[in-house]
Amino acid sequence: MYRYSEFDEAFVRSRVAQFRAQVARRIDGSLTEDEFKPLRLMNGLYLQLHAYMLRVAIPYGTLNSAQMRQLAMIAERWDKGYGHFTTRQNIQFNWPALRDVPDMLDALADVGMHAIQTSGNTIRNVTADHFAGAAEDEVMDPRPVAELIRQWSTDHPEFQFLPRKFKVAVTGSPMDRAVTAAHDIGLRLVAKEGGIGAKVLVGGGLGRTPMIGKVLKSFVPLPDLLPYLEAVVAVYNLLGRRDNKYKARIKITVHETGIEEIRRLVEEEFAARKPLFKGADEGLLSEITAQFAAPAFDAEGPGDYETWRQADPVFRAFTDTNVAAHRHPDYAILTVSLKAHGATPGDATSEQMRVLAELAERYAHDELRISHEQNVILPHLPKRHLKAVHEALAAAGLATANVGLASDIIACPGMDYCALATARSIPVAQELATRFEAMKIEHEIGPLKIKISGCINACGHHHVGHIGILGLDRAGVESYQITLGGDGGPDAVIGERTGPGFAYDQIVPAIERILLAYLDLREGPGESFLDAYRRLGMAPFKAALYEDGEARADAA
Amino acid sequence: MPRPFSPKVLTANALLEGDVVYLAADGHWTRHHAEAELIEDEATAELRLLDAEARGHEVVGAYLADALRGPRGPEPVHFREAFRTRGPSNYRHGKQEHA
Repeated sequence: MYRYSEFDEAFVRSRVAQFRAQVARRIDGSLTEDEFKPLRLMNGLYLQLHAYMLRVAIPYGTLNSAQMRQLAMIAERWDKGYGHFTTRQNIQFNWPALRDVPDMLDALADVGMHAIQTSGNTIRNVTADHFAGAAEDEVMDPRPVAELIRQWSTDHPEFQFLPRKFKVAVTGSPMDRAVTAAHDIGLRLVAKEGGIGAKVLVGGGLGRTPMIGKVLKSFVPLPDLLPYLEAVVAVYNLLGRRDNKYKARIKITVHETGIEEIRRLVEEEFAARKPLFKGADEGLLSEITAQFAAPAFDAEGPGDYETWRQADPVFRAFTDTNVAAHRHPDYAILTVSLKAHGATPGDATSEQMRVLAELAERYAHDELRISHEQNVILPHLPKRHLKAVHEALAAAGLATANVGLASDIIACPGMDYCALATARSIPVAQELATRFEAMKIEHEIGPLKIKISGCINACGHHHVGHIGILGLDRAGVESYQITLGGDGGPDAVIGERTGPGFAYDQIVPAIERILLAYLDLREGPGESFLDAYRRLGMAPFKAALYEDGEARADAA
Repeated sequence: MPRPFSPKVLTANALLEGDVVYLAADGHWTRHHAEAELIEDEATAELRLLDAEARGHEVVGAYLADALRGPRGPEPVHFREAFRTRGPSNYRHGKQEHA
């Protein structure tokens, strides 16, 4: 994986030193909050409901064991002994004291990490497929491209004051595990005769005006990619609205300007910019690509993996749900669920982080990933080690066999932490998962993505959940709207609202009614919830939700 | 007729820890909602807000929040303010940690 160059190291250190001085000047009264706020946001420091929050980027979701151990140390030393992994492959520390933040940033710099551009109207952390470099179905590892974009976008002088924040995701697989269609720019790497390039999607995004990204160009050869991206962001920087925060994202620019006109402007801009790059970007990409070479896969074979699977039903259930196919037949991609039933989605304690680091270092080529689905992945795990890894995970409370199932819920921090939230989302996720576990129903239900956001900004991706839940404040009471049929995959779809919302104490039974209706309606266990919804439409689910439910709906 | 003024407390976050604070009647910042001054007229509310904004070296993001007179002092009206008096619901962190 990528190692910081001397330049990266010096840059990050100088930013920490700058911020240290800025914090000192804030504390001694030389800076007002109005002056300080943009400076702290540039360094990922938010003020939330109960405390500050430091958001640290995990570029393309990749960590090594030393980095994971450092996150554990930071959580323990300066926070409350845990971290929260987010839907944008960041980790958030929820309780830092202002004075300690420069030390936390220095500790991050020690392992090649930072919180730069995790806030503000800049190009944010570049996310990627969490199975990158390991997936069987991949055209190319998307991370070299993501790292190239990280380097280009970090402190890019032209793009420090964009009309609004700007999110980029890259996938190298046709399965699109990076929700590229819901990003300002989504890149899908594709192979064509003569080489690899990117299909460029633009103007996707969730939030208050959810939109699926449109294809701006179906193939941009890799050597043209960076100047092309720069052209897109430059066009947006000029056209994007600065008069209205709610209309400032590129999705609105594309919607109001029209994709053809945007395409024309981008081509014009690209023609002017391409010569200025002089191939430096191509040289850099090949240097970066070399650093992402696949590990030397061992030739020890799968060991007794199949025998263990036959002998131990708990282990079998775990591997059935949590293991995905690796490009090497004797390897597994193991997803470690941070969704133990009743726990906070995406939270890991320092102890758990250390266990994960240890397992990665000892068994899995020292690599870890964080997924936008708020789980941790060991992308290169030899099958012969799965049993030992499972045992170690179980001892750390990390062996929940629910990946891709109903309790593998995405939830934003919601009103338990976030200052923007209009309702809580974490306890809804906790109660849903606890209920599914009590009913012993989720294996019968099969693949299902439930996603919860605590406000219209949709950090919990509710629009693309098979079942989406949106928490709102309706006349001073928490109220939850349900959407059905959303999909964050390659053919992304925005879910459709069922109707009136449900009160906090009614949302779990409401979801339960939907799931029981699905079990009644499906053609068989082979028909997933999403397939059944696509076949049947909204009507039968709506009937199950609202029938004789005059008191259930709050008429929101 | 102008709308009657609904009582308020003045709240903010402490600069150093970020913890929720309330303005008490004697002008000090308290961590407890019940110890806040219940402000019952608009003119005083505006004055308190101006004062708080001038104390930006102590607190951040001061605003007025609806409150009601309760037996032990002011009580929050909105659920968001109720959460701010306690902390998150998934862990006993924040104010409830020491309650």
